[in-house]
Amino acid sequence: MEGILGQKLGMTQIYSAAGAVIPVTVIKAGPCLVVQRKTVATDGYEAVQIGLVEDRPAKVNQPAGGHFKKAGVAPVRRLVEIELSAGEDANPGDEVKASIFAEADYVDVIGMSKGKGFQGVMKRHNFAGGRGSHGSMFHRAPGSIGSSAYPSRVFAGMRGTGRMGGERVTVKNLQVVKVDAENHLIYVRGAVPGPKSGYLTICRAKRG
Amino acid sequence: MNVLNQVENAYLRTEAPPEFASGDTVRVHVKVKEGDKERIQIFQGVVIGRRGGGTRETFTVRKISGSVGVERIFPMCSPTVDKIELVRRGKVRRAKLYYLRNLRGKAARIEERRDDNRS
Repeated sequence: MEGILGQKLGMTQIYSAAGAVIPVTVIKAGPCLVVQRKTVATDGYEAVQIGLVEDRPAKVNQPAGGHFKKAGVAPVRRLVEIELSAGEDANPGDEVKASIFAEADYVDVIGMSKGKGFQGVMKRHNFAGGRGSHGSMFHRAPGSIGSSAYPSRVFAGMRGTGRMGGERVTVKNLQVVKVDAENHLIYVRGAVPGPKSGYLTICRAKRG
Repeated sequence: MNVLNQVENAYLRTEAPPEFASGDTVRVHVKVKEGDKERIQIFQGVVIGRRGGGTRETFTVRKISGSVGVERIFPMCSPTVDKIELVRRGKVRRAKLYYLRNLRGKAARIEERRDDNRS
């Protein structure tokens, strides 16, 4: 299995054997259950759909319930499609655990970033802004957004103010510092997107 | 948060360090790696502050080396800190003794605390 679903627990720091401080994000990854096997014959590609098993049961409507019933799996809140490793097969009901990753592996972590609300261009697009003092009168404004008579309009895609955050973010090539398979915990070096208890997809890094 | 505490507990010092606070003089045994040999280096000075909690706790030790003030910040739970010894208790009235940086010689002395009510 090339990936697993999890929830962010938060960040802390641990020490390496050499005494160096390592900033880590602790992720509760899995246990997950395979809900559907997608094949070239039926779906046009190979993958598995896995769901995250949580303490609180999911409430599902009848159509969604049928999907889980077919797999013989209790309904879950979160489903995601994961690639299969080369030469691997899986059937509905199979378990996916944190032990698919080992120490020193590299992973990509996908999550939903924290919503920042309506933000200006300095925070949202790293614009430089103007001087704060000496009568500048040009503090956090975006500046020119185009020419005048020609083209007489603002080009589409011009960066401006607006809603920031709350989007899907992938952080690539994070190192797995430790795997605590017993407690379903994965320690990843560095920060990952989203709030504590936010859902994350942890995949083997596309590029080591 | 509970699970995170458990994670951190695994990295806490196994033997509890002596209770010490700002103003106390401590002797810190630091593991120093030279090539493939490891030896213990001692850093003795006055604790001028402690901050953080759990595995993130650090303390700052200040000493005068030659006529130059030297400060080192030690992570409380770092495996490079082999041992912490309490040498002398100090009587101070604040938690952070940054004022010591501006004092030298006689003025930078700290009175010893003798009426110790803490166990």
